[in-house]
Amino acid sequence: MNPTRLSSPRALIDLRDQLVDQREEGKTIITVCAGTGCVVCGCEPVAAAFREALQQSQLDKDVEIRTTGCHGFCERGPLVVIQPDGIFYQRTRPADAKVIVERTIKSGELVKKLLYRDPQTKEVIVHERDIPFYKKQMRLVFGKNGFMDPTSIHDYIALGGYQALAEALTAMEPEEIIEEVKKSGLRGRGGGGFPTGRKWASCRRAKEEPKYVICNADEGDPGAFMDRSLLEGNPHAVIEGMIIGAYAIGSNDGFVYVRNEYPLAVKNLTIAVAAAHEYGLLGDNILGTGFTFDIGLSRGGGAFVCGESTALMASLEGKVGEPRAKYIHTIEAGLWNKPSNLNNVETWANVPLIIEKGADWYAKIGTQGSKGTKVFALTGKVNNTGLVEVPMGITLREIICDIGGGVPGNKRLKGVQTGGPSGGILRVGTDGAGAPEDGAREDEAAVNLIDLPVDFDELTKAGSMMGSGGMIVMDEDSCVVDVAKYFLNFLQEESCGKCLPCREGLRLMLSILTRISEGRGELEDIDILNEISRTLSDTSLCDLGRSAPNPIHSTIRYFRQEYVAHIADKRCPAGVCKELVSHAIDENCIGCHVCFKVCPSDAIVGSPKQLYTIIQEKCIQCGACYQICNYNAIRRVKRGGGEMVQRRAGEVWKPRTKEKPVTAA
Amino acid sequence: MDTTSTSNRLSRQTIETIVNNYGAKPTALIMILQDVQKHYRYLPLDVLRLTAREMNLPFAQIYGVATFYRSFSLEPKGKNHICVCTGTACHVRQADVIVDKLQRDLSIKPGETTPDMEFSLETVNCLGACALGPLVTANDVYYGNMTVSKVDKMMAKLRGKETIEETEAEEAA
Repeated sequence: MNPTRLSSPRALIDLRDQLVDQREEGKTIITVCAGTGCVVCGCEPVAAAFREALQQSQLDKDVEIRTTGCHGFCERGPLVVIQPDGIFYQRTRPADAKVIVERTIKSGELVKKLLYRDPQTKEVIVHERDIPFYKKQMRLVFGKNGFMDPTSIHDYIALGGYQALAEALTAMEPEEIIEEVKKSGLRGRGGGGFPTGRKWASCRRAKEEPKYVICNADEGDPGAFMDRSLLEGNPHAVIEGMIIGAYAIGSNDGFVYVRNEYPLAVKNLTIAVAAAHEYGLLGDNILGTGFTFDIGLSRGGGAFVCGESTALMASLEGKVGEPRAKYIHTIEAGLWNKPSNLNNVETWANVPLIIEKGADWYAKIGTQGSKGTKVFALTGKVNNTGLVEVPMGITLREIICDIGGGVPGNKRLKGVQTGGPSGGILRVGTDGAGAPEDGAREDEAAVNLIDLPVDFDELTKAGSMMGSGGMIVMDEDSCVVDVAKYFLNFLQEESCGKCLPCREGLRLMLSILTRISEGRGELEDIDILNEISRTLSDTSLCDLGRSAPNPIHSTIRYFRQEYVAHIADKRCPAGVCKELVSHAIDENCIGCHVCFKVCPSDAIVGSPKQLYTIIQEKCIQCGACYQICNYNAIRRVKRGGGEMVQRRAGEVWKPRTKEKPVTAA
Repeated sequence: MDTTSTSNRLSRQTIETIVNNYGAKPTALIMILQDVQKHYRYLPLDVLRLTAREMNLPFAQIYGVATFYRSFSLEPKGKNHICVCTGTACHVRQADVIVDKLQRDLSIKPGETTPDMEFSLETVNCLGACALGPLVTANDVYYGNMTVSKVDKMMAKLRGKETIEETEAEEAA
């Protein structure tokens, strides 16, 4: 028998105690974030440099280096946090490792230039917990992420991992677990928001055998990456949740369907499953309780529709991922026509928390209808991009302005898109009532939803949805018609084509929207779009088609003026729609010659240190000069006329500096 | 089949190894095709036929799966694989400017390969590194916060040139 195998829940507790004993309290640990975001920023050389620096100063025995999962603050990567104090260094480079070891580790000084500086108050902040980005968050599901090496099952066990499983298997009946999950009020985090406990209960009641539990890690929503970060940073929590669920439902087989575009998640999950096997936490006779459960890994083929339960199961069977009508639910007849319980990654990761701390504790967090926390991927035109975990019921203002730090570069907040391609764009603003520039019309154009509490029901009421938790912030430079067109194009490409309303409806809507964005729209088009939207939501086969009109519907509801501007005035107020704008250079130009070099069509003429000019006949409106200009000298104006659309009157413009985030480009 | 018998035997061996890694069960089909694609850089039709035989599945099912999922290609791919993320976050940060730029530089559209088989250009819906958008991956190396000038640098690197000037000189020539 495998010596590391844990033969009883007692053995697990002993192992944890032993691990905790071995770890000296107060030992200095340098944690380097190794989530995909920080990997892209180059965290691996940083970790290597730390190892070298510690070796050189012969501190490698006393100080531990831990590469952890995602800390969430991807904007500032690579992140280094020195525990136990929680000193937070951001945007570190390999060369900084030596300095940190010399100064912070050896003599307890701070390296000032690497500390976080609040962009608004200019205050320097030392500790991770004090940074506004983290302050308002409630990190439960992501709580262990910053403290453990995802490839080490020891780290997870030392932090109390698998204790919930031990309790569930020994002290609880399956029905009790389901009752507990029901009482906690946990709802599916994948988008639908179906009560998890009820789903489990129905699946347990289903008569057929065997039963399957499936983890949906096919995170296809563009702009959402919490599932990836969870699988990368804390795969054991997901595995533990699945085992508890399987025990409650009465299943012995589980599958994780994970996106192939997430190589690090696949890798860490594979390591975690193997480790769980080795420790007797997966496989036969788990913890000596006689319960058997195993998890198989399946890599997806990159089809958005496979996030839909029936399509995902078809894909797991090795078929084309097309959904079917759900007259019979998948909890009765799913994978291979057997009862199958599908939950999303984040839902599974919530389960150990509920069992460990109790349903009553969990139900205290959140709102009436939505309990617990939700992880959002805050992206787009916002200062602090990253993953944020917040209690349900927090307002959009708190998320965007307090945690997200607002919109970069003096721009005006305009909208926020939630729920991925199936969600909608909500009108939010921080100045006044968020009224549109060109005079609010009667309807909902003057609504400002900045103080909307974020939970399942409120978002649906507002015409969007929770979805998997993407939250894309838009400023005045984002065109809602363009974004709606983007989502339609995405959905149209991803529609599997099985049912007619979705296949043809989306194509038709896209062609109308394209016409509008090119200045060839008619005012009736808005009504036609609304009508097709209704048909699609009423008659499509699966949720992809049924929710597909949300982006259109919500933008017409909140931003009708912008559609009218495109149609009647042939004008794109945000200056995005290529066919409606042209570029010009103004007196801010210092003649740095950069735009001249970047122009692909030789449309820019001039000589260094002089004002440059764009020859309109040659310009292809590619936007390359606009993006590259450091002096804010390129303007976007209405095609064919001199009216300025890109800038607001009366605003003071400062030249762009190198420091300015790329978002303003 | 247009392949010679030797290469045919070789591909049969390759397919056998890949299929045996997972076992010839339909559940593994997508993963098997991914590995086949990794080996050949695309899914050649005769190899798909071999896979069907090896897995004892109807060719129609394999062809269906290979054409349904976005990540599979039945066309040969270039040596360098450039992929622009066009997820929502990258889109609002103007990823299309980057796509346009690469299209112009390579004279191909997304999904196509240059005639010299050097570069393939693709777009992907989201790579999940939204904080660093617009994001481009070239041969699985990530390039974050892309701008048109950074594209030049990246392309110079891929073409094996140390500096942009050389690439520019070549383009001018």
